[in-house]
Amino acid sequence: MEPDGQIKPSTLSVKDLPWQILWSKEKCLLCGRCTAVCPVKAIGLGVHRMRAIQVKLGLTEKPGNLFSVYHGIRQHTDAAHACVGCGMCSMVCPNGAISPIHNDEPDKLRFHINQGGAPRQRGGRRNKRLSLLDEIKFVRISMLTDPALDAGRHEFELRTLLGRILPPEEAIRVNREGGWSPPIREIYPLIIGSMSFGALSPTMWEGLQMGVAYLNEEMGMPVRFCTGEGGCPPRLLRSRFLKYIILQIASGYFGWDEIIHALPEMKEDPCAIEIKYGQGAKPGDGGLLMWYKVNRLIAAIRGVPTGVNLPSPPTHQTKYSIEEAVAKMIQSMSMAWAFRVPVYPKISATSTSLAVLNNLTRNPYASAMAMDGEDGGTGAAYNISLDHMGHPIASIVRDAYLNLVKIGKQNEIPIFAGGGVGKNGNLAANAAALIMLGASGIQVGKYIMQATAGCLGSETDRCIICNIGLCPKGITSQDPRLYRRLDPEKVAERLVDTVLSFDTELKKIVAPLGRSTSLPIGMSDAIGIADRNAAERLGIRYVV
Amino acid sequence: MCRLFSITSNDPLSPMVAIRALDVMKEGHDGSGLGIFLADLGGDFEQFKGGPILSGIFSNTGIKALDRYMMDMDFMTKYKLSFRPTKRPPAGTPQRDNYLIRVYEYPPDWENLSEEEVWRRLMICQLQLRAMGEADESMLIFSFWPDVIMIKEVGDPMTVAEYLGLNRKELQARTILAQGRQNTNYAINIYACHPFFIQGIATMTNGENTAFVPIREFLMSRNEPGYIGYQSDSEVFTHILHYTMKHLRFDLEMYKHIVTPLKDEELNLHPNGPWLRMLKQSCRPLIIDGPNCVMGCLPDKTIFMLQDSKKLRPGVVGGNPGMFAFSSEMCGLDAAIPARDKSKDFQPMRYDTVFVGPDRKEVGRWSQMDRLSHPH
Repeated sequence: MEPDGQIKPSTLSVKDLPWQILWSKEKCLLCGRCTAVCPVKAIGLGVHRMRAIQVKLGLTEKPGNLFSVYHGIRQHTDAAHACVGCGMCSMVCPNGAISPIHNDEPDKLRFHINQGGAPRQRGGRRNKRLSLLDEIKFVRISMLTDPALDAGRHEFELRTLLGRILPPEEAIRVNREGGWSPPIREIYPLIIGSMSFGALSPTMWEGLQMGVAYLNEEMGMPVRFCTGEGGCPPRLLRSRFLKYIILQIASGYFGWDEIIHALPEMKEDPCAIEIKYGQGAKPGDGGLLMWYKVNRLIAAIRGVPTGVNLPSPPTHQTKYSIEEAVAKMIQSMSMAWAFRVPVYPKISATSTSLAVLNNLTRNPYASAMAMDGEDGGTGAAYNISLDHMGHPIASIVRDAYLNLVKIGKQNEIPIFAGGGVGKNGNLAANAAALIMLGASGIQVGKYIMQATAGCLGSETDRCIICNIGLCPKGITSQDPRLYRRLDPEKVAERLVDTVLSFDTELKKIVAPLGRSTSLPIGMSDAIGIADRNAAERLGIRYVV
Repeated sequence: MCRLFSITSNDPLSPMVAIRALDVMKEGHDGSGLGIFLADLGGDFEQFKGGPILSGIFSNTGIKALDRYMMDMDFMTKYKLSFRPTKRPPAGTPQRDNYLIRVYEYPPDWENLSEEEVWRRLMICQLQLRAMGEADESMLIFSFWPDVIMIKEVGDPMTVAEYLGLNRKELQARTILAQGRQNTNYAINIYACHPFFIQGIATMTNGENTAFVPIREFLMSRNEPGYIGYQSDSEVFTHILHYTMKHLRFDLEMYKHIVTPLKDEELNLHPNGPWLRMLKQSCRPLIIDGPNCVMGCLPDKTIFMLQDSKKLRPGVVGGNPGMFAFSSEMCGLDAAIPARDKSKDFQPMRYDTVFVGPDRKEVGRWSQMDRLSHPH
């Protein structure tokens, strides 16, 4: 064995890592940009010794050695510095001399990434490419007898309702006799969220807010943004833009001191209040903002000290029981805005979702139910939660909708679905599929980060270091050196592009189905799938 | 595309008036079915205005089952008109044992019931008979209602009408709806033949209803026993009207606001905007998405017509005081009422509901953009 090391159980070679750095000595300028930009310091200066054996022809002279030294890149192999595949080295290299490539076999790092007994934590996504939503096709195309509509020229009403909608008889009675009607918001069926100020960098948050404001005020598209659990900047709380915001409260109540203090000075009501009971990426686990990201600004907004981990408990522990939590939290939040603001819970999709839903149907103040499936993203979670916990979104949305149909309340409690919508880039198709399965709208986070800010995450364990504040694009970092890389104006611009193209694609789906006057919620006859079991489970057409 | 024709007249007419109108619109239907609704009856039925009339098709065993059921219910037959086809049916039309129209006298113990309860019981009887004959098709029930006759059969309208002898003098009505069917994406099933009927309300539609499934789910979850069937996606139009009138207790004017509500921007300008917005939200699953022309008849024999919100299926109305007709094609109107002032023909626009009341004096029109004629 060489004197500079010894093989320990966790000694890995480059071959054992998920990502390997491919570097070209011929092209490298030795400028050092790649090593400077690497967020995890996976590469460093390499001083390599070369030996050339020189053998003269003939037998008279003995072979000699020529020793030389060259400089280049060395990839570190310890778990803490394993390449995450973000590819920033490649992005900054002026000569195209370097890039990460994915291992051609499963890595060995996964067996050693629990040094010190701490299991792997990361941000991002589930790292599974498969998406049932991608498999759903739109098969009921209008032909001769009900001609397809023109997505470019016909008028489309693609809004949805967020709020408790009274059944017609009840609505008419309340209108006649006077009394309280639950607040209802007419919104665009794509909700951005829920990504907190803290999980996201200030520039990312600002960019998204500007984009949302532009969409609402210039494009007439009532797109809403959910804050996630982390509060809301004080100026935004006191601005007219608050009406485009869904404020989230979760079990850590982060930021709610600030929100409550701003209440008397609010010019507008928020769009809604989302009470987070769970999220798809880490169901049954609380929120987590790791200490790396808790700087002074975040700490001030959240009302906490700086530099500490901010875990939210899995449940709202200030409440006695779950029934009480759901009923009383909804009621308290409704009361805070004098019953003018819709309040709804967001839960992880779970096989017990229907119990929650049935509970909500009996609660007159419950405005909706949001469910987040296993493909949901997160800023920070245990790997085990991301990879193995949770319920697919499609069947639970379908079950919930059909459950409401059974009790005749399908129009009363809108279901919002999230978790992996657009995970492979098919945002409009996935959204339309969920809507036709019964969702009133979708919640989307990861796609928005990818499309508006160039998030590098993919379903191949790439980058996903959102948890430690080292996001190389500055999307999920609180380090000014990183988040200054992100221009909020450009993020806003990209958000507008993204939503407009989503809108066109959604029309390109509903127009051929002959739908334009209302969002085709529950139009299950329009969709099919080439998997008999899935078709049967979802109650849709089996098509091959 | 199916062809629709409705006519209302002070003087009783033979159903052949409507059949001939369908026949001139023949290019638009493929002869896969005829459905006809007769109300405000003349001829032999004039004298039985109050008694419920059962219309349907029965096998010989079905008739026996019917008789047993009606006797058990204590209904007494007062008059009947049966066609027992003797010759072979035309191509495409199944061989049937009996086409039956029978007027009953109410059971004595129904005498003191409220009108609403009588209506409920009549519907339940119709549903029970339908269910009894469903499996073996021994009974196909179209309506069981006072002053209403319905006839449906598979085949070309004129051929079927001649085969059934619909020109007989006993069969006369002042209000007629008729549809020549073009079978589309659902199997030929006689229960898919328009018009559809529930508790005095009948409607028929052409075009397809792309929002059918969510609407059906909503109707079926209203706890209303009459909301069944749906062999055709158009049956929901009848049931939405029934729901609008019987459950929400609105009049016809609101039907258009339920099925094709105004857009949000339009509601902002409408004098009854907040009320209509509330209804739009609350009745959202009843929004149709066309393309459809809907014609129908109310219990008071008002006939009406409206279209989907883009008017992708037009219709025309014309006539003279005392006789007006709605037709999906101009030539159908020309065939039925040639002597009329054509300059007064009217093609309703996408916001309109047009109607002719039981006095048959004029064509009324409501636009959705107008203030509602009375507050709700």
